[in-house]
This record gives sequence, C-alpha cells and structure tokens, in this order.
Amino acid sequence: MSRLAVTSIGPASSVQDGGRPGSQRYGLVPSGAMDRLALAAANVLVGNPPFTAAIEIGPFGASLTARDGAVRVALSGARRNADIAKRPVAFDSSVTLADGESLTLGFARGGSFSYLAIEGGVQGESMFGSLAVNARAGLGSPYPRPLQAGDELRVADASGAAERRIDLASVADAPIRVLLGPQDDEFGDDMKKLFLDSEWKISATSDRMGYRLEGAVIRHLHGHNIVSDGTVNGSIQVPGNGSPIVLMRDRGTSGGYPKIATVISADFGRFAQIPAGRGFRFKAIGMAEAQEALRNFVKEIATLPDRLRDIESFDLNLEALQDANVAGSAISAVDAQTWQVPSPAETVTPD
Amino acid sequence: MRPEFLRIMAKPLAPSRLLPSGDSAITVEFSRNVDDAANQRVLALDRTLARDRIAGVTETVPTYRSLLVHYDPLVIGFDALSEKLAALAKLPVPPATITRRWRIPVAYGGEHGIDLEDVAKTLNATPDDIVARHVAGDYRVAMIGFTPGWSYLSGLEDSLQMPRLQNPRLLTPAGTISIGGVQAGVQCLAGPSGWHLLGRTAVRTYQLHRQPTFLLEPGDRVTFSVVDHKTFAEQDRAAAAGEIIAELMAS
Repeated sequence: MSRLAVTSIGPASSVQDGGRPGSQRYGLVPSGAMDRLALAAANVLVGNPPFTAAIEIGPFGASLTARDGAVRVALSGARRNADIAKRPVAFDSSVTLADGESLTLGFARGGSFSYLAIEGGVQGESMFGSLAVNARAGLGSPYPRPLQAGDELRVADASGAAERRIDLASVADAPIRVLLGPQDDEFGDDMKKLFLDSEWKISATSDRMGYRLEGAVIRHLHGHNIVSDGTVNGSIQVPGNGSPIVLMRDRGTSGGYPKIATVISADFGRFAQIPAGRGFRFKAIGMAEAQEALRNFVKEIATLPDRLRDIESFDLNLEALQDANVAGSAISAVDAQTWQVPSPAETVTPD
Repeated sequence: MRPEFLRIMAKPLAPSRLLPSGDSAITVEFSRNVDDAANQRVLALDRTLARDRIAGVTETVPTYRSLLVHYDPLVIGFDALSEKLAALAKLPVPPATITRRWRIPVAYGGEHGIDLEDVAKTLNATPDDIVARHVAGDYRVAMIGFTPGWSYLSGLEDSLQMPRLQNPRLLTPAGTISIGGVQAGVQCLAGPSGWHLLGRTAVRTYQLHRQPTFLLEPGDRVTFSVVDHKTFAEQDRAAAAGEIIAELMAS
C-alpha cells in the first residue's frame, strides 16, 4: 500500500467527503466538502464514486509526496499553481505521482478550496458513514483535525489506468441565488431590499463554520434574539451587529439569530468558493426555480463519468501552461488572508 | 389519560407556520417563544414522523418551538410535503408512549461551577439554596443542538431564571451544567457559552465508540443529583472508559 505524506500544508485543509447527515437532532452537523461539484469531479477523474473522501485544500499552498509506491490523483476546484518536479500539472485531469515524487501547490486563485482526490480514496475508519473532519466533535479519519505537515495518508497503489480529463463549465459570475426565509418576516421590506440590492464581500474572518459578510447593515424589526431554531447549509443569519453570517458546512445545528434567507443548494459550492474581499450579490428566486436548479445540479454530478475524456499529451501541457501563466507572480493578497482568524463569536456561541 | 393531556386537548391549537429553510428543508413553527406546549407539539410531530415515515424526509431536528424537516426535493416537492406536514401538525398531541427518565450526578460550585456564588448573590440566595432549587427541578430535554450532545432543558423554575452573560466565555469545560434565561443545559463538549456555570457532570451525552453514542433523546426527562468533587473525579475516569454514569430511572 502506498502512502501520501504531507510535507507542508496551510490551515483550513482537511479530509472531506459527502459528510454524515442523519444526526443533526443530536447536535452533530454533517460537515463534508465545501464545494461538492469540485469534490465529485476530482473523484470521478480517478475512478472513485463522486463523494469519496479526498483532501480539501484551503487557500494556502501545500506539498505532498508519494511514498512506498506510485499514487494516482486529480485536482479540481480553485485553481492554483501545481507541479510535480517542476512539471506543471493541469486541473480537472488525473496524474500519477511516481514513488518519491512530490506534488507542490501554490495559493488558491479566484476561489478558496481545491480538491485532491486519490485513486481508491483516503483509507480510514468511517464514523457515522463518513471520514469528514469535524474537529469540534472529534470526528474525521485518519486524523480528527485539519491536516498538518508530517501527516501520512494510507492510499491505494496507482492502478496504471490511462489518465483522464474532464471539461467543466466555467463557473458563472452570476449572483448567488437565495430563497427568502425562514425568518424574513423579522425584517422590514426596506431591509430585505437592502439585503438583495447591496454588494457584499466575504470577510477575512470566515471559516468552515460561517462566512461573515461585509457591506450593508441589516436591522431587525424586533431585535436580534429569536428562540433557537434549526439551521441548514447556507442559512443567512443576522446577528445584533447587522452583518449577516452565512452558515457553512461546520455550522452549529441550531442558532438563535433570525435568518433572512438561505443560499440555494445548487449555488452553495459556488458561494463557498468566493474569495474574501471580492464583491458579489444575492438574488431572490422562487421555490420551483431553486428545486429545478438542484435537480440540474444533481444531474450534472451524476453525468460526470460520461464526460471523461482520454488525455492527449498536448492537452495536458496547454492546460497546465495556461494555468501557470494566469498566475504570474500576482497572487491575490486578499485570497491568502482568508481563514487565518478564529471564528467570530456570533457563529460559535450557543443561545 | 392524564389530566394534563385533557387540558391541552381542550384548548384549540394555535396554527403552525410552514417556513421554507432553503430548497431542502421546511421549518414547522409552533411558536416564536420558549413555550412548553409548543415544544410538546414539536416532539409529538417528531414522533409521528419517526413512526409514519414520509418518503423523501431525510431527518428531523426538534427545537424548543419548531421542527426542522430535512427532505430530498428529488423525491417530494415543497408543496406536497408542506401539505402533509400541515395536516400532521394539526393533530392533537398524544401523550408520549415511552418517556425515559435519567438522573445525572453533578458536582456543584468551586472550580466546577464558577458562577454559583455570583448566581446566589444576584438572586439573593445562598449557594446551597441555588443547588437545592436546581436539583429539585424536573426537566425535559426540549432539544439537542449547537454542538454534539448539547442538551437544552425546559422546566427551570422561575426563581432561577436570569439573563445570560453580556460577554460569552470562549471556553467552558466539557460536562458543564448551566442555566441561561429560561433554559437549563447539559453541555457535552468543551466550548463557548454565555450561560451561568453551576457545576459539572461526568456524564458524556455524546461519546464516540460507546453504545449508545448519544445518550439523551429529545423528550427524555432529566433530574440532577449532588455528588462531591471527589466522586466527580472517580465518575469522570469511569466515564472516560465508556461508562454511562447517568442512571436510567423507572419512568
């Protein structure tokens, strides 16, 4: 059996998969990958089921080395410089690390999370049907915490299968679609309009629990304390200071602030990838449209295996060179500042 | 049939509200307040959905005043599920068929309950009075939420109700027994809290590799008993080794 050794890795990088739904009534949040489409694409490229455990790599760089055998991997999600022994590596393509070779990754560009899938998946002990890291609950395998330098993952030996690539639709820069509610009646029409008309930015003090938004100040009709109520991925709660917080995969299962709206499931991953400091807008849609978007999203993931293509050597190099060129030396300082600061108290306090 | 049940039946039920929580969950709201009758209806609907499963419903999360129903919109749409939930929410609250009652030992005061003295001062009582009132309570698990095993209890007596801290503490110990507003709590994992810390229990309401992993269910009854700090230390070692420590009483 091969190993993948973590030589260096930034914070906010952890093993994630489809998560562990089913125990929210006991306060256990499902966790799982922030961008499920990117997780699925990376996995499908190495022949895994779409929600197999992979490495979610936060905005900073990383370096991983194959030991005791070759390891076949694929990268998807936020673009970044990637190379194996100075050979550029393309995203949305599989590639094999020979025994002893290292994959070196730079800072994320234009996104926050990249996914490194490994042929055969990460080996570990499944807890509640998942290897996903939830450090607060002591869950995750092989390490119940974010990855650190020195960690080693047991992985399958590379099969030697032909390398594959996939063309994913480029991510639209469209508004993030939301459904109003469940507590939009705690806000006046002027405030709902302000919420939908404003340009927002994700604060640098964001993490897998919640993204803090900067922009307008949203005032409540009846104060900011409501009696604790269940949360979902994408719940947009408004605490006392009027700056909304979007609840992410490691959210508390209940919360005591009014929730003005909810990011639709199909746009959650796209929202999770917005880098800190970049402006974006919300757009309210209806239930039928949101559920239609979800059906399309599920279909897109289901059809990923049908869209795999064989790799031509010139494909690989062109793609990789293009990625490398776009990077240049101008790494966004704003991207790199994300996820350095502990969670804001609003997302981590029971009510 | 208990008189309490008849009283609830006699009153007309306030209508529930069905609120979309995104495209894959519906909040069935029975009240906007901490309200015992509303929580009984939440738990009743939760039991009903556990018994008569609706295709597409993936999990339910009871809270004090609402039931969050997660569903798969590829199996059932919002309108169809809303209709079914609205009909079920109108049903009178049946008495719970099985109610478990737990007794949870607590070491009060000192390093384990750093707010006990302040709570006593604020409420013009002695620390012993506060402990006596807290132990005398008959509580129900109204909901479990926030972090694994964090059990929110209803049934705190009026004289123990006081506002939460202005500045929540960023770290409070595992097993903390606390009060906040009209609520009492059994906290499982170490973490932030804005509540008043009265003591600690060795009981783990959530523990990996133990059967059951989660000890309490929403709807369970809870009482507390007093143990000294030495007993707490012994119980804590036993609990770390997988013992349940909490006693299951005849209900």
